[in-house]
Amino acid sequence: MNLNGKNVTLHDMSLRDGMHAKRHQISLEQMVEIATGLDDAGMPLIEVTHGDGLGGASVNYGFPAHSDEAYLNAVVPKMKNAKISALLLPGIGTVDHLKMARDCGVSTLRVATHCTEADVSQQHIGLAAKMEMDTVGFLMMAHMASPGKILEQARLMVGYGANCVYCTDSAGYMLPDEVSEKIGLLRAELPANVEIGFHGHHNMGMAIANSLAAIDAGASRIDGSVAGLGAGAGNTPLEVLCAVLERMGAETGIDLYRIMDVAEDRVVPLMDQPIRVDRDALTLGYAGVYSSFLLFAQRAEKKYGVSARDILVELGRRGTVGGQEDMIEDLALTMARAKGLA
Amino acid sequence: MNKKLKAAIIGPGNIGTDLLMKMQRSAWIEPVWMVGIDPQSDGLKRAREMGIKTSAEGVDGLLPHVIEDDIRIAFDATSAYVHAENSRKLNALGVIMVDLTPAAIGPFCVPPVNLKQHAERLEMNVNMVTCGGQATIPMVAAVSRVQPVEYGEIIATVSSRSVGPGTRQNIDEFTRTTAGAVEEVGGAKKGKAIIIINPAEPPLIMRDTVHCLTTGEPDQAAITASVHAMVAEVQQYVPAYRLVNGPVFDGNRVSMFMEVEGLGDFLPKYAGNLDIMTAAGLRTAEMFAEEAANGTITLPARG
Repeated sequence: MNLNGKNVTLHDMSLRDGMHAKRHQISLEQMVEIATGLDDAGMPLIEVTHGDGLGGASVNYGFPAHSDEAYLNAVVPKMKNAKISALLLPGIGTVDHLKMARDCGVSTLRVATHCTEADVSQQHIGLAAKMEMDTVGFLMMAHMASPGKILEQARLMVGYGANCVYCTDSAGYMLPDEVSEKIGLLRAELPANVEIGFHGHHNMGMAIANSLAAIDAGASRIDGSVAGLGAGAGNTPLEVLCAVLERMGAETGIDLYRIMDVAEDRVVPLMDQPIRVDRDALTLGYAGVYSSFLLFAQRAEKKYGVSARDILVELGRRGTVGGQEDMIEDLALTMARAKGLA
Repeated sequence: MNKKLKAAIIGPGNIGTDLLMKMQRSAWIEPVWMVGIDPQSDGLKRAREMGIKTSAEGVDGLLPHVIEDDIRIAFDATSAYVHAENSRKLNALGVIMVDLTPAAIGPFCVPPVNLKQHAERLEMNVNMVTCGGQATIPMVAAVSRVQPVEYGEIIATVSSRSVGPGTRQNIDEFTRTTAGAVEEVGGAKKGKAIIIINPAEPPLIMRDTVHCLTTGEPDQAAITASVHAMVAEVQQYVPAYRLVNGPVFDGNRVSMFMEVEGLGDFLPKYAGNLDIMTAAGLRTAEMFAEEAANGTITLPARG
């Protein structure tokens, strides 16, 4: 694979996807400490939101330590060069949240839908584009649809005004060939001025390999997370990806030693549990299940005595999509009853 | 004397047609008119085949016939954009409007919670909230009638096939309207609504989760009894409204996990989200008819 001389924009997820791994309890001080470290290391884009995006504060997904507004107001003014992005899932967040984020100084808005449901994003993508934000369409659980379907849905988002579209491996299920095929088709068929992005999870241990495949197939934005802090087995660990890309001669503009230090000195110490491919995270990838279900399934295991792996496999079998966290307790209760435990 | 109230349905789409099929079984409501805007529409054709009068000229095509056909109730299954005009014109002729659009000009109506008050007050326009609202607000109310609910949250998961273009283009309207009604009708101090669209095949049956955070320790026995009683109330018009799990108690959290299967009249059974809207709309009209027959209310006079 030859990535020599390719320019890649890295986008850090530790303060958004990482919120899942921290049950949305990252403090304002920790956010600022990590964000400023990333800014100094040359990270161009940093996402700051509840793990489930703007307006995600809920019983269903977890109440955060602070509001989206408080996090954004703490981080945005401290940035020297880095831009701050926010995620929004239509059905959870609304255009009111979008406007709030923009007023806080968010310059990149990413609108996420399940990979077959892009037409719920028209309102939000349209408004963000109209406000001249860097507007990104984010097709989640992209392993659940064919390349042709992903292209069709990406075209809808571009039609609404997105200047960048992501193929998002929310379950960490994809293998490199699938990434190459999907990203390659998007790159071949979408207008040249529309950027293509890839967001990986490490549940099958493929996050770095998949990110490289994506770049090779034409993606110019790659999501990852410093120290991998993210849902499931985490996102593509950015300090590792930086080192690999540097060896391959690709350009990221990031200082490798500085980002290594942010990972080791600022992120790892705040982890509640090691972010690794443990039995349940591997099950997410293997069964194709939304990565943020991990801790919910583990809590349900503790409470109801049904194995998290059995819960996750059943959720995969039922075709559960992102956001259906409420299914986990419901299913655990039903499974426990079937086993005579409840 | 025939006590049935004569009705018109505006909007011959999936909702309007399903409503028509349900109405043909009603002891209280008699469908007479179906109104659309496209003479070629399948919905108008189906209505004609069922012996219903049709107009393809919108509500204006119906107005000259309202008095002679004694139309007393209209169901609007069009869109929020045209509802206000439809309602104004028909209310002026003394027709009660059941609003199935998100326009929400009139008060929210969730039958087992507040329909009786609306009927007794002869509200001339009532709004049926949203599918997610009809499925969940009875549960919030079942908790809040036992003890104060600080916060009510509902998550509605619906099959991709059952979500039409109108909802998709303005999904914020769903979350806002539903959250508002969780407070106003459900009785939660603060409301939140989430909608998830799932494309699995075969399509999943509508499911809903309701979380309430009570003020103080929840009274488990009283809440459980209240929830079961409320489920039975909803089952009167949506027989396959089911409490799958719960109420579950965890600190001051009370959670109910529901499944809503439709009757499969015109809309498929999995589309319980659409069925509960049409069933609730019809139930609403029937209550007005019952109250009129009992003499509790007097319908607008006609010469």
